[in-house]
Amino acid sequence: MRKASMRVLLVSVALLVASCSGAAGGGGGTSGDIGAAPAKDADLTLTVYSKFADREYREVTATLETIRKKFPNIKINHQGNQDDDKLTQSIQAGNPPDVAISFYTDNLGNWCHNGAFQDLQPYIDRDRTDVNVIPQAVRDYTSYQGKRCAMPLLADIFGFYYNKDMFAAAGLPGPPKTTDDIIEYSRKLTRFAPDGSIEVAGFLPSMPFYGNLAEVWAPSFGAKYLNAEGKSGLAGSKQWQELFEFQKKLVDFYGKEKLERFKAGLGDEYSPDNAFHKGKIAMMFDGEFRTAFLADQAPSVNYGTAPAPMSPSNASMYGGGLVTGTIIAIPKGVKNPGASWELIKHMTLDTDAIVQLSNGIKNMPTTADSITSPNLQVNEQFRTFLDIYSSGKLVAKPSTAIGDAHLKAVNDFAEKWIAGTETDLRAGLKKVDDQINDALAQK
Amino acid sequence: MTATLRPTGTDPSPAPATGLARVRSRRRWVVLGFMAPAIVGFLVFFGYPLVATVYFSFTKYDLINAPVWIGFGNYVRMFTTEPLVGTAAYNTLWLVIVLTVCRVVFALGVASVISRLRRGLGLIRTLCYLPALAPPAAATLVFVFVFNPEFGPVNRFLRAIGIDGGLWFNDPAMSKPSLTLLVLWGSGELMIIILAALLDVPQEQYESASLDGAGPARRFWHITLPSISPVLLFGVVNSMIFALQFFTQAVVAGAAAAGTADVAGNTKYIGNPQNSTLTYPVWLYVQGFRYSNMGYAAAMAVLLFIVSFAFTAILVRQLRRASHVEEAA
Repeated sequence: MRKASMRVLLVSVALLVASCSGAAGGGGGTSGDIGAAPAKDADLTLTVYSKFADREYREVTATLETIRKKFPNIKINHQGNQDDDKLTQSIQAGNPPDVAISFYTDNLGNWCHNGAFQDLQPYIDRDRTDVNVIPQAVRDYTSYQGKRCAMPLLADIFGFYYNKDMFAAAGLPGPPKTTDDIIEYSRKLTRFAPDGSIEVAGFLPSMPFYGNLAEVWAPSFGAKYLNAEGKSGLAGSKQWQELFEFQKKLVDFYGKEKLERFKAGLGDEYSPDNAFHKGKIAMMFDGEFRTAFLADQAPSVNYGTAPAPMSPSNASMYGGGLVTGTIIAIPKGVKNPGASWELIKHMTLDTDAIVQLSNGIKNMPTTADSITSPNLQVNEQFRTFLDIYSSGKLVAKPSTAIGDAHLKAVNDFAEKWIAGTETDLRAGLKKVDDQINDALAQK
Repeated sequence: MTATLRPTGTDPSPAPATGLARVRSRRRWVVLGFMAPAIVGFLVFFGYPLVATVYFSFTKYDLINAPVWIGFGNYVRMFTTEPLVGTAAYNTLWLVIVLTVCRVVFALGVASVISRLRRGLGLIRTLCYLPALAPPAAATLVFVFVFNPEFGPVNRFLRAIGIDGGLWFNDPAMSKPSLTLLVLWGSGELMIIILAALLDVPQEQYESASLDGAGPARRFWHITLPSISPVLLFGVVNSMIFALQFFTQAVVAGAAAAGTADVAGNTKYIGNPQNSTLTYPVWLYVQGFRYSNMGYAAAMAVLLFIVSFAFTAILVRQLRRASHVEEAA
């Protein structure tokens, strides 16, 4: 009897562990065919999932509700704080929102590849919608292998932020234009305490940290994730080696131990304790949305913005930069895809709606008309990003079916490289290639 | 009842035997009827997921489209080309061994001290239990703050007494020990269970042993430990399961140490620093729900099932053997 009880206990324990950790089940909605546009007086409610919260949630909700100018009886049920995991699970469970908004462009390839997002091209063709009013790079990151399964809900442009007061105190005339300048300026702007610890860092090379992500730096060096065959080829790329050598020079200047200790004392990226807000770092890469956070959380900071500095070998690309952004799509299995498309069309191609949203959350408007709209509120710092957007030198991340697995692999390597646990750059990057190619091979 | 009392073979007629069988059959159905909700629950929530997980582990499955049979492809990948599963398995194994031992020993130590208190027992017991009520994510954020290398109170205190505190959650060598400290801080539930077992040990046994000249160490070894060994066994198994499923604290601590509390939707900060906090269940989740490799995630779950089954079986057998030896002695 005791033996039997023990066996039951063992099996139960093992089942419990495996069942809780494992993932079984599934499902999914049925693929939605192209839906007819709703009647002008259609009385329906559209549920929208997004990750917006607080101030941004209110602004996005207000813009979503402007759909009522075209469809007076449509109601919007905007559910904020819905991250990509919840969105994916709702699609898998066959209970998706009518419209999905995601911050993470990186997941688009995966959703597009497995059909979690519907192809929007039939709607675009039916309505004769001109998506060429959106720049090529933006069209690229909202599609996967030519399949358009999302539209850009504003865009994010990455540039360079610098503290004007600190620059003046250090006698620096203006923002750095090359990555060599970053190193030189960092030496002038960094302040060490008497015990040798860092008080203020000119530029923090730690990665991943804030806007210091491999994908954000890559355009400055002309580094690409995938080669012509669609495979990872970082080990053979001079640009990636240049990027990591640049990083290493800065780490050596600060000292990795001091750098790690300094980094650990900095506040959360999106909180008022952000290191740039607090004057703990003088320069950083970041998106245009930072201007809104600075206005809201640290209005006294005297800062300037500039295009991201380029490596000397990539100097001709100065003025451009990384473009990414929030995406909006119709999930698989929605009941009224025609109405979903009308909302998406309104949010991504209607000039007034785009401008209203851009003014509200300080993201980049995407269409040609919205960029030049007189209603767009533009200050000196935001103007820089509009100029980058119009530069014709925008660079987008590749859309892949592996989510952000390739980005994680490179950022993981950067951590080891900074820490000195990976010392052979080429061999380390070869391992990264193997990891990414293994992930790509699963699709 | 009379049927069961009648000696077998005393009545040559077949009718009572049929009656007996009918009674037994009816009783079996009644028992099954009472057990039905539990059986159905077991089959739906444990049996089906387990069988489905095993099936999916042999498929390429993205949760949106129908699974495609690929045989042992996922298992081959796990043991050959996928590099992070080994890292994740090592991290979890580390936690299973270190965290299990530390948690049980710590809970036993605290419970032993509390059981000897003459005054303030209720207050101390409550204070020791309170951390267990803190939500894991919030507790982890607080812990990362407390152990912040630059401004955290722990390092400030250490600096004040001339010790250079470590980088804690920011150091790949210290991140798992830091997580272990976090778990120990919140191990009040196990402490309360062990405390109840300690208070249940008959005092006469201690008195007799004292009269025979046994000191505190011998009393603990020969009386306390054998008396509470079933509870300790529960503690070990419970801690092992806890370690095998270690998830929330690892994810939150890794992200918070990287300067962000936002990990939903992206995996860049998961495992920070240097994948030292990437646990097996976290990687399983990422593969299944972030990268849509549900077949591979299912294969990982099957392996976890086999390993946890083996771990538990060995442990239970060893402890039972030890307990029999003790009883015989």
